[in-house]
Amino acid sequence: MTANDNIAMLEDALPLEALPLDAWHRARGARMVGFAGYHMPIQYDGIMAEHGWTREHAGLFDVSHMGQLTFSGEGADEALELLLLSDIKGLKPGRQRYSMLLDQDGGILDDLMVSRPGDGAFDDAAIYMVVNGATKYDDIGWMIEHLPDDVIMNHMADQALLALQGPEAGEAMAALVPGTADLIFMQCGAFDWNGVPLWISRSGYTGEDGFEISLPADAAVAFADALCALPQVKPIGLGARDSLRLEAGLPLYGHDLTPAVSTIGADLGFAIQKRRREEGGFIGHGRVMKELADGPGAKRVGLTIEGRLPAREGAQIYLGDVQVGDVTSGGFAPTVGAPIAMGWVSLPHSAIGTALEIEVRGKRIAAVVAPMPFVPHRYRRKA
Amino acid sequence: MSRYFTDEHEWIDVEGEIATVGITDYAQEQLGDIVFVELPAEGTTFDKGDDAAVVESVKAASDVYAPISGEVIEANGALEDEPALVNSDAEEDGWFFKLRMTDPSELEGLMTEAAYKKFVASL
Repeated sequence: MTANDNIAMLEDALPLEALPLDAWHRARGARMVGFAGYHMPIQYDGIMAEHGWTREHAGLFDVSHMGQLTFSGEGADEALELLLLSDIKGLKPGRQRYSMLLDQDGGILDDLMVSRPGDGAFDDAAIYMVVNGATKYDDIGWMIEHLPDDVIMNHMADQALLALQGPEAGEAMAALVPGTADLIFMQCGAFDWNGVPLWISRSGYTGEDGFEISLPADAAVAFADALCALPQVKPIGLGARDSLRLEAGLPLYGHDLTPAVSTIGADLGFAIQKRRREEGGFIGHGRVMKELADGPGAKRVGLTIEGRLPAREGAQIYLGDVQVGDVTSGGFAPTVGAPIAMGWVSLPHSAIGTALEIEVRGKRIAAVVAPMPFVPHRYRRKA
Repeated sequence: MSRYFTDEHEWIDVEGEIATVGITDYAQEQLGDIVFVELPAEGTTFDKGDDAAVVESVKAASDVYAPISGEVIEANGALEDEPALVNSDAEEDGWFFKLRMTDPSELEGLMTEAAYKKFVASL
């Protein structure tokens, strides 16, 4: 056993922590599981019902396990452009972007959201960032290593994060915070609710219209209560969050994205704006440039599956006798009404419509490379 | 007919040498929405404890073990079209398969309904 194994075991053995809404979830009958080091609600009424509710009404998700960071100080934008592949300097106040941290070889360390607060929010920080819960401490370590001393990173451990998602999210949110009615997809801003400062972006992880709300942990219960008192809103667990994001074709870090795979192969090149593609200057740029020119070795694809048997993470994908890929996420898709999967397939076999097979418990099931999303996105965009 | 229960949350109805096997209401509740049940083919023989079926919920796949040794004489075809029967009626219409028992003495170690209820309450 190596030293690293020992550290990994110690981390696994750490007791789970409670998030600000822990008792709130339990009081609503949530089944709690360990996730990213926290007790988290996996479901309330059942994944199918919660999934359907979110697609038809509005679901409230507690995502307070995610890492919320701010960056301030002289040269913060320039320093972050070394770490992130997106255009940070050109990010306007009240705008959010999807971005990534890459390692030196262009492998994906994390995917994240980055925004420019403005309005004096977050103590006038230059940048607000939300990273994945399971990777936040690694991300923080990586960024400390690569940021100059003049740039101050603040991990806001006392800040809760909620997501309100679904076609009725707009009207529900406007009932509490009328100013949010003007936001469109990937816009964000500072708002006030009964004296509580809220930072709200119009974005999410379900493919539906909706919001992500950052607020002080001590106000989380009151705000969640106020949302759930509205007829449109019910609390939704992590189980439905996963089935919703899979139908929306959105990758899950640690499963569909890892340090072993690249941005271009993941079909997430939209995160790299034109200037960054041309100028480079971010860690991992070499591989991005090479794959933009020559194509990646493998691609992240969607897969529709024949029959009712779900293919799950780890299942191998075949063309005849040759393994051409692996399933990285998969399960029954409640809105589609059939199993679907996301996986990585070698480039020559990754075109839409390619007929492949997936091995599940020694049996081959038929699968076809399919366009994503599986369920159309319904973001609120400009009229 | 007598009904037995296992600590793996299966029920077994015994009539003569035929045992009908399913999962308990507690088990379906824990698994959540069931979307697929993989059942054994007729004629398959199991030793007690062998993998006999797989229940796929939205979230995960779970193995169901043969609670007793025997040969499969019938699988519940209704679960192919309506796997959610396991959620709605786990202990009757949502049965999995029928076995011709090869060693009925294996029933001796199993729980009665009252003992199983006590077991679940202790979890």
